[in-house]
Formats: sequence, C-alpha cells, structure tokens
Amino acid sequence: MENTNLNNQVVNLTKEDFVCDQIVKWCPGCGDHAILKVLQDVFPQIGKKKEDICVVSGIGCSSRFPHYMNTYGFHSIHGRACAIATGVKLANPNLSVWIVTGDGDCTAIGGNHFIHAVRRNMDMNLLLFNNRIYGMTKGQFSPCTFRGTVTKTSPQGTYEDPFNVGELVIGAGGKFFARGVDINTKELTDICMRAQKHDGMSVIEVLQNCMIFSNGVHENITGKDVRDDMQVKCEHGKPLIFGKERNKGLRLNGNKLEVVTIGENGITEKDILVHDEKEENTGIHMMLAHMMPPAFPVAIGVIRNVEAPTYDDCLTDVIERESAKSNIKTVDDLLNSGTTWDIK
Amino acid sequence: MANRTKVVELEHVVIRFAGDSGDGMQLTGNLFSDSTALAGNDFATFPDYPGEIRPPQGTVSGVSGFQVHFGHKPVHTTGDLCDVLVAMNPASIKANMRWLKPGTTIIFDVDSMNDKALEKAGYTSDPTQDDTLSQYKVVKAPITSMTLEALKDFGWDRKAMLKSKNMFALGIVMYLFNRDITMLNAYFNNKFKNKPEVIKANQTVVAAGYSYADTMEIFANTYRIEPANLAKGKYRDITGNVATAWGLMAAAERSGRQIFCGSYPITPATDILAELVKYKNLKVKAFQAEDEIAGICSSLGASFAGCLAVTTTSGPGLSLKSEALGLAVMTELPLVVVDVQRGGPSTGLPTKSEQSDLMQALYGRNGDAPLIVLAARSSADCFYSAYEAAKLAMEHMTPVILLTEGALGNGSEILRIPRVADLPAIVPPIAKANDPEYQPYKRDEAKLSRQWALPGTEGLRHRISGLEKANGSGNLSLDPKNHQLMVELREEKVQRVANYIPEQEIVGDPNADLLVVSWGGTYGVVLSVIEKMLEEGKSVAHAHFRHIMPLPKNTAKVLSGHKKILVCENNNGQFVNYLREKMPDFKYEQFNKIQGLPFLTAELENKFNDLLK
Ligand SMILES: Cc1ncc(C[n+]2csc(CCOP(=O)(O)OP(=O)(O)O)c2C)c(N)n1
Ligand code: SF4
Ligand SMILES: [Mg+2]
Repeated sequence: MENTNLNNQVVNLTKEDFVCDQIVKWCPGCGDHAILKVLQDVFPQIGKKKEDICVVSGIGCSSRFPHYMNTYGFHSIHGRACAIATGVKLANPNLSVWIVTGDGDCTAIGGNHFIHAVRRNMDMNLLLFNNRIYGMTKGQFSPCTFRGTVTKTSPQGTYEDPFNVGELVIGAGGKFFARGVDINTKELTDICMRAQKHDGMSVIEVLQNCMIFSNGVHENITGKDVRDDMQVKCEHGKPLIFGKERNKGLRLNGNKLEVVTIGENGITEKDILVHDEKEENTGIHMMLAHMMPPAFPVAIGVIRNVEAPTYDDCLTDVIERESAKSNIKTVDDLLNSGTTWDIK
Repeated sequence: MANRTKVVELEHVVIRFAGDSGDGMQLTGNLFSDSTALAGNDFATFPDYPGEIRPPQGTVSGVSGFQVHFGHKPVHTTGDLCDVLVAMNPASIKANMRWLKPGTTIIFDVDSMNDKALEKAGYTSDPTQDDTLSQYKVVKAPITSMTLEALKDFGWDRKAMLKSKNMFALGIVMYLFNRDITMLNAYFNNKFKNKPEVIKANQTVVAAGYSYADTMEIFANTYRIEPANLAKGKYRDITGNVATAWGLMAAAERSGRQIFCGSYPITPATDILAELVKYKNLKVKAFQAEDEIAGICSSLGASFAGCLAVTTTSGPGLSLKSEALGLAVMTELPLVVVDVQRGGPSTGLPTKSEQSDLMQALYGRNGDAPLIVLAARSSADCFYSAYEAAKLAMEHMTPVILLTEGALGNGSEILRIPRVADLPAIVPPIAKANDPEYQPYKRDEAKLSRQWALPGTEGLRHRISGLEKANGSGNLSLDPKNHQLMVELREEKVQRVANYIPEQEIVGDPNADLLVVSWGGTYGVVLSVIEKMLEEGKSVAHAHFRHIMPLPKNTAKVLSGHKKILVCENNNGQFVNYLREKMPDFKYEQFNKIQGLPFLTAELENKFNDLLK
C-alpha cells in the first residue's frame, strides 16, 4: 500500500510490517484476534512511518495487544493506559498514539484517567474492547455488565446498572465516539481510519466477544438472524435506516427517538432522521449512543465527530509563543534573572 | 544617616517579622533579606504562613511570619530562637512565644493594643504590662500612629496609609542593624514602577521608622554584622522548591532532553509544579494531571518517549504513586520523583515538615523493587540534589526518589549562581537508530543499565511492560531462573550506583568519640552544633548522608572508630533502622523529634554533651 505521511514522504508498508514474532495467547475464537488483524490492516494505511506509531495499553486480555503489534509499545498497569499515553503524546506529538483497553481497565480502575483524557481532547485513538466482563481475571462483572448478570462475583446476579460507554464519553465532553463489532472487520477498519483522521481523542467501543466468560453477550446485536434489525449504521448525511428489508428507520418524535417502519402509517424516507455526526449539540448523539435492544437497534459507526482544539496542539502553541517572546532562552539566563548580587 | 548609639558586633542574628495576615510581613521580611544580601551577609529565610487561607483577623491562627537568619559566619539553618521579634499585634506575640529566648528584643506596635485585640489573641491581661514578657526587651513603638503621621500630607485615606505600617517597622529594624535605607530604593522603584507616589510613601515611612528609632533612642545599642566570607561570584536568594524546579531544568538542558513533569497539587510540593509551568519559554512541558497516579503515569509515558520525566508530590501522593513506581523499576526507565515530605501518616500535618517518608521511598512497592533514594540537605542544595537525581536516573536508567522537606521547599537560602556548562555532564544511554545489536534489555557492562530507545527512532521498535522480561531480548518470560536473575540484576544495578557517587564525607575527627549522623534537612542544625562543639574542642564528628540508596561505598569506614553513633532525624527512627539493617556491625543511638518542628540547636547540644559524658 502506498501512502504519503505528513511530511509527504511515501511510506510503503504492509500488514507484515506490523506482525510481531510473539505467540498470540488469546483463547481461540476470542474477538481480540479479529481486532488485532484490523489494526494490522489499518496501520499501513495511516500515512505514518512504522516507528512513529505507539500502542499503549493497561492490563487485561485486551491489553496484551501491544505485544502482538510490531510498533513501539507500552503494556502498562491496570487502568493507567490513558495517563501513560498522555505522557507519550505530550512528549512527542509526532507519534500516532493508540490506546487499547478493556471495559474493566478503562471504566472501572481507569475511569478517572479515561474521562479526563476525553475531556482534555488529547489527540489519541482509543479502542475499548467491551466484552462486558473481566476476562483476564476469569469472569467477574465489570462496570459494563448488564444488571442481573450472574458472574463469579455476582452469584445472585448484579444489582447495579452498567455504564454505557458512548454516554460516558459524550458526557465527558468527548468529540469523537464510534462503535464497532469485533467480527465486522471491514467496518471496524473504516472506523479506525476515521478515528485516525480525527484530530483529538477518538474513542471506539468495540463490541467484543469473550468466548469463555461472557460468550454471546452481544448475540442479540451481532447474531446472524438479528444483526440487520438490531444494528443501525450511522453514516454522516444519510438517513438512519436499518432492517433486513431496509424499511425501518429512526424518527425524532418530540424530544425522543422512535423506531418507525417506512411505508406504514404514511411514513416515507423523508421522515427518517438524517445522521449528523458534526452536530455540536450532544442531544441526539447521546440518544443514539443510548439505544439498546430490544426496543432499539444499537448504533454502529461514527456517532459523534466534532472539531475542537486538542490539548497537545494547545501546549505546543503556548510553548512556541512563549519561547518566541521571552528573553530568557536558557537556564543560565533564568538563574541570572531577577534580584542577584555580586560578592567580590 | 549616622547612628548615635553604641554599635555591637554580632556573628549572626535571627529576626522574625510577625503580624496579621494582611500586615505585609512576607514583603517586609523579603525586603529585609534583600538588604541583607547587599550587606554581604550569608542568610536563609523561612516563611511561616497561617494554615488557613483566610484565618480570622487578629487571632493567633491568623499570624503570618517571616524569619531571616543572617550572619558573618556561614548560615546553615533558617534559625530557631530569635534575637529580634517584630510583632504588629498581640496575637503575633502569643503565636511566637515558643521562638523567644531570654533577652529577645520584641519590637511591638503598641497602637495595636486594645481590649478587643487582647481578647482575639487569647490574652486575659496585657502581656506588656504583666510579667509575661519580663525576660525580654520589649520596645513599645507607636507604629500605627507614626505611620499615619508620616503620611498625613499624602491625602490618602486611613486604610491606604495603614498598608505602609510594615515599612515603619522595617525602618526601625534597618536602624537596629545599621543598614542604609537607600538600599531599599532599587526595590521600590522596580516594584512600583509607574506609581511614583507609592514609591515616595514607602520611602517616607521607612525613613520615619528609622529616625524614630534614632531620635527616640529606643535601643541601648545597635548591631553590626560584618559581611560573610563568601566565595566570589554572583548570588541569588532561592527557595528549595524553586531550586528543585531549576535543578531539574538545568539537568534537562545539560542532557539535551526536554523536561516533562506530570503532577497533582499537594502541599508543600505544589510550588515546584507552579514554578515549572512558568517556563513554557524554556520548553518545559508541565502537566497538571487528574491525580497523582496520572501524574506519575504520564511522566513515565513521557520518559518512554524520551523526556527527562519528573513527578512532584508529598507523602500521601507518593503512596498513590507506588504501583507506577514499580512499573518504572520494571521497565527500567528514568524517572525523578520528588517527595517534599510533610507530617504524616495520612493527611497528618500538611503544613509542617517531617522526614517520615524514608521507608516508603525505600520499600513502598510490591515485589523487590529497588531504586535510588537521595535527600536534599538545604534549600539551595535542592538545586544540586535535583540535578544529581536527574543525572543518575538518566545515566543508570532507573527511577530516583528525591526526598526534600516542607521546610526546605518553602525556606530560602542564598545560592552562588552556577553555570550550567560547569555542572557535571549528563550522558543518557540513548540507543542508535537501526543498531542491529539493539535489544531492549541488553545491559551496559559497568552500570547494568539498559538503553533508552526512543519511539520515532528507526529500527528500534520494541515493547515494554510491567511483566517480567527475559534479560537481553526483553521478551515476556516466566522462566524461574530468569526472574531470579532479573531481580538480582535490578538490585545490583542500583547498588552499582555507589561507584558513581562521591564518598561519604565526615566533618571533624574521623575517630571522634561521638559521631552524629543526619540526613536531609536536619543537616544545617546538626552542623551548626557540631561546628560550635568542635571549636570548644569536643570529640565530635558529623556524617551527613545525601545518598541513602545506595549508601556511599565508604559508609562502614565512616561509622567505624567511634565510641557512640547518634542518628538524629525528624521521624520515629527510620534512617537509624535502615542503618541497623544495612550496617549491622555498629551500635546506634537515636534522637527523634516528631513535632512538626525542627531540632533546636540547644536540644541537640544537650543531647550530644550527654552522650559525651
Ligand atoms: C492494580 C490491579 N488490580 C487488579 C488487577 C487484576 N486484573 C487484571 S485484568 C483485570 C480486569 C480486566 O478486565 P478488562 O479490562 O475488561 O479486560 P479483559 O480481560 O476483559 O479484556 C483485573 C481486575 C491488576 N492486574 N492490577
Ligand atoms: S478470556 Fe475471554 S477475553 Fe480473554 S482471551 Fe479468552 S476469550 Fe478472549
Ligand atoms: Mg473486559
């Protein structure tokens, strides 16, 4: 694949450039395998030299990711990927920084770092592998586990409501939120490319299946028989139509979304809400992110994508501005500034 | 202006300016220390702020103080008991009784004395009338009314005029120490550039205070402190926290690395972050994180990406950083963690100084997780300690904890301005692009440090993690023998730092009967007492430790040959227990003061003399 990087140099890279010699240790059939392939496909296309990409993760099955990608990588500690990646990016803004994290890593122990990285709008891409369980520690519930789920640590079922990752991101001031499915690799590749192009913090929630501890948790969304009816693809400027027959759509009724059928009750395509990912107002994006079966399909694709200054650019700008205007150019200048006196 | 009273020569003096928070005592103290600089004395200062942000006016908790210790001889501390106390209200006397000694001169604004002020200060009777202050020389000066009088032609309202009463007190003190008040003009001209009237007012009030002291002959004598015998050069006054920030910045410049500091505000360390954020012009990247964990983690990320990475905090924050410090040990990346210690445990005594995080610094991590621990000994020394911490971190590829203390951070001292080029070179082991030999955990033979391969460099892509890695290749490894090897290598790497640090010094006879051991901020007060006792011919010696992990190579030798070894520290015996573990062949006595207050010279002297008996 031939791409130009930011300096307009041609970068010829292939998937093989990013495959690592380490044995991949995820369970056979784990959704993580598919996502790994997606990123190995994406990286050659993003116009960055391979040494200018850095993958950072926390702890969990998902966070093993950097070991399998032949890039600079930092597999860190539980929950801290966003904080570590923030330092990497601020230290070297030329790097394309990718965070890989799990629902537990990101929204439980790392929740604070996550919302702040989103709020600051650091220019990084984050893939949150949401299997709605703690995989690595063998099946305890996470903040994304549905109410009532029986797990190792909730033998009577959980009695707490989960986070909706999209709402969390948009609520934290997020500018880019997308949702994809592990096995829909083509679609996920496109989403990752969109995330990479977005300047600022791009969060991608990947509905990922854990074969062992939450097998089938996304089945009511991704299953062959239901997926057309239970996924609505968000495409900017296009009506939110879905369904096997492509006759269902989302309509704004007052201040609520509703599912309508085209051709019934006089409804035509014109009544269907047209997706506007660039809308600053979070209202409809929140509603789209919120949708869950069985009443609603799940919104897939880029739900929100608005422009805003990034933290890293702002820091770079202040540094440039201040160094241009200051007379103090070195630490020697600083040491000799202000009140000093001579002893002769 | 000539002085008519007798002039007495003194070696050194401690003066404390105290008043209500709004009385401008910090400024007064700073101006006095500026003039001390021009007088060629050595000096150190310490601000004593109230704990609360807006404490009730006129109360003891609202008293703000600023102490200056200056001398003809080297000044090692910010001083303890004071020779002169300037007290702008009754509460200022009450709050500072602990710092008085028989004969202390108290310059008191008598105009501040009334029933309400007494009540607020918690006095039931007037301390200047009863025998509360009988041991001291109380100079009752009508500071408020004389200030109003001096400014009566300015046409200002009373409130505006009263803002200058600190300048009247300063005038009196300038007289007492035979200082030329024109020394202050440069400061006034600079500070109030476009306000000629304010400059004139300040000059007028200082002059009024000066001539009041002179004409009323309020002092039996005045004092002169001869200039100190300081090394030639350019000097400045610097607080420990600023010195820490600048030392780190100097290290960044000297090593060719950008500095990154991820940090979260906490007393008394916040000023380091607040200082670093100022220097965007010098490309300092300082990042106020969402918590201490993000502070250290962002710094570690920046270290991976090639910055001189720093995180600054105090005790509770260091606790939060423990897990990430383990990651820094495991990934063998350079990182400087500055812990400006305060009273603990938990929130403890946030505004008071202590030395009680030593064990946490040495051992506060899971697993065998050794790292370098250094301690600064004085405010100005924070500059050099921070520089050395950064040098060791980068050259040995390891986290370093630099322990300073609240009193050092907030206190100030004079610093002979160094040239960055004259500081020791810093050469980080940065891996070369496309080096076919590169392996993430290949080690330098002498230091055992691995190389620093920066993202963005061609041909060095690699992954690091908190998981155990095979020595050399850096691949994940569960091999039992490899783990043992790596644990031992990480320990040995830190131990070998001893080959790169100076030997432990000893002041006094290396075979003295009593060896006094100190570390960190107790340096100055112990040294002052030792110097005095050496002059008296006592058999004492002093070993002050800057390098704690590892200890200098000659430590055992320094500890040998004494009848007694006494370890003095502001905690419940952490360093002494460390020495008992590391240097078990010696018997140690301990002296621990854990009151949020420094040792007093007198109490140390008594203790040392007791042990000599
Ligand atoms: C400080 C700390 N606490 C707890 C753990 C144990 N732990 C490891 S992974 C994990 C949960 C991972 O879940 P998730 O982030 O959803 O990742 P997954 O394995 O499901 O991909 C936990 C609790 C740890 N490694 N470190
Ligand atoms: S436990 Fe679940 S998430 Fe972890 S590797 Fe196996 S299938 Fe994947
Ligand atoms: Mg999970």
